[in-house]
Amino acid sequence: MEKGFSPVGLRVLVVDDDPTWLKILEKMLKKCSYEVTTCGLAREALRLLRERKDGFDIVISDVNMPDMDGFKLLEHVGLELDLPVIMMSVDGETSRVMKGVQHGACDYLLKPIRMKELKIIWQHVLRKKLQEVRDIEGCCYDGGADWFTQGQFLGGGEDVSFGKKRKDFDFEKKLFQDESDQSSSSKKARVVWSYELHQKFVNAVNQIGCDHKAGPKKILDLMNIPWLTRENVASHLQKYRLYLSRLEKGKEIKCYSGGVKNMDSPPKDAEINSGHQSPGKSSSYAFLKATETDPKQLASASVSDPTSDIHMPQKAKKTRIGFDPPISSGVFGSLLPWNDVPDPLESKPPILYENSFLQQQPLPSQSSYVANSAPSLMQEEMKPSYVNPDEFLMPQNKNSTVILQDMDLSAPFSSNATSNTESIPGSLNWELPEAHHSGSLDTDLDFTWLHGEHFFANSGLQNFQFQDYSNSSSTSLLSELPPHLWYGNDRLPDPDEYTLMVDQGLFIS
Amino acid sequence: MQRQVALIKQSLFDQKIIIRTQMEKYMQGYLDEQFVELEELQDDANPNFVEEVATLYFKDSARLISNIEQALERGSFDFNRLDNYMHQFKGSSTSIGASKVKTECTMFREYCRVGNAEGCLRTFKQLKKEHATLRKKLEQYFQASK
Repeated sequence: MEKGFSPVGLRVLVVDDDPTWLKILEKMLKKCSYEVTTCGLAREALRLLRERKDGFDIVISDVNMPDMDGFKLLEHVGLELDLPVIMMSVDGETSRVMKGVQHGACDYLLKPIRMKELKIIWQHVLRKKLQEVRDIEGCCYDGGADWFTQGQFLGGGEDVSFGKKRKDFDFEKKLFQDESDQSSSSKKARVVWSYELHQKFVNAVNQIGCDHKAGPKKILDLMNIPWLTRENVASHLQKYRLYLSRLEKGKEIKCYSGGVKNMDSPPKDAEINSGHQSPGKSSSYAFLKATETDPKQLASASVSDPTSDIHMPQKAKKTRIGFDPPISSGVFGSLLPWNDVPDPLESKPPILYENSFLQQQPLPSQSSYVANSAPSLMQEEMKPSYVNPDEFLMPQNKNSTVILQDMDLSAPFSSNATSNTESIPGSLNWELPEAHHSGSLDTDLDFTWLHGEHFFANSGLQNFQFQDYSNSSSTSLLSELPPHLWYGNDRLPDPDEYTLMVDQGLFIS
Repeated sequence: MQRQVALIKQSLFDQKIIIRTQMEKYMQGYLDEQFVELEELQDDANPNFVEEVATLYFKDSARLISNIEQALERGSFDFNRLDNYMHQFKGSSTSIGASKVKTECTMFREYCRVGNAEGCLRTFKQLKKEHATLRKKLEQYFQASK
């Protein structure tokens, strides 16, 4: 909406395995004055989306694709990136359309598609943005401060004149920038909610007390981070709240698709968890997603080449940490390291998770690793991750040890270290804050097992945490971790109790 | 003066209509409005857009046809798979507005749905025929419009 919302220059990503349609759609969209990127493979599309987190406004995808089901792609995009997605198909059967809607598609087009249908797809982008605003408005109120009114918001256009009542209405500004900004492409840099940042956020929220009273402004003030804007906080708060409410709902669900399960978070995680919700989700989701795209690869070869898959998740994560609670809670459940994902797997349990995560579980290896490494790894990961989610992710290329090594082994947890061995989950959890598990930092961890396990590379670390370390039997945890950690690796060890280190993991994205 | 302009305009207009009608007659039944849409997309930036699209379509559809052929030859009649292929093919055919081909696709899928192997084979044969005819016609069409 930086352009005061004009459809011109809308950045569209078209995904279709049919080259003829791809060409036609590209031409049609160009004629609508949109900025078009085409993609013949779903996986490729996901990669692109994750690479350029804020690079697209809307995605149009075919339902039937060889490498990935269009609905799955839809899920991923919706969860990870929160972009509006339009489905297309030559088949207009009610059940299919319904499926699309259920998976979160904002529209379903029948082929042959006409120009006039494409001319108005921008409405979905606008609608989504408005919804975001409304949500934020709804969730966060600053002790009575008023948010801009919706009407004003709508009436904005380039002219940012909402009757703002607050002085620093960054939010509004960001939504509608001046015409002079129109040339820029829209996106404002997304804030990466690193673990630490999220921690601060949660602390601030808790400090204020009942989070219902906590408004973005207050939180922002408490957090005292110069570059953070109220808008960032507001949107994060919204997600956090949603996350919390989901927690309420699905407490009983512990094991989400075996995938990334949030490790048990220690009681005090509660807060953290809530906070982490989004980040975790996103990250974990990202992981999941990653795996999703290439579950086999991950599954089979923990050692496999991380780069491809890993990258994905990482990027995805990084860029967009907070995504709104995923459609299928299940998915998130696993992802959320923060806490046992309360959300029962609602909608489609993350397909991802199921296949991916679960599979891997028993990684043959090094159980010992798990015990030790987990904590240490975690720590390492955690540490760095929070601090700099990118760090985690970075290693990806490095495979194996690299990552760990890079990490700051001086695990913060050291204190808790011990505990983890058995409950690896705990330690693994990223949760730095909780560090309860941290268990011993086993810096000496033999990262070797990591070798080849790219997962560290990617932020696998993060995944780590999700895994249920507690299954210490989960020796494989570690081993497993790598692949799945990656993001969405399928193999998430027993979901049972993943400590939610979530914050870390999640944010790592 | 104005009248002259009007007349000239009119004549131009009529000419266009005449040409179009002829083309339409030629292609009648084989192509639907989608094709017209494609023509409307053609512009200075892409002066041969329609032809390019058609070329792409025929290239891709040849591949799909061969897939289906192989599947049918196997004799095992995996209707699900066949239906999948046909779904793809149908989608592709809608891209250029190949209406007769599309009709055959729909029929084929229907036979798959009820598990009628013989119907599938028959329809597929017809489909290939339509496909080949369309290809030829379009080739001529593009030749003529150059």
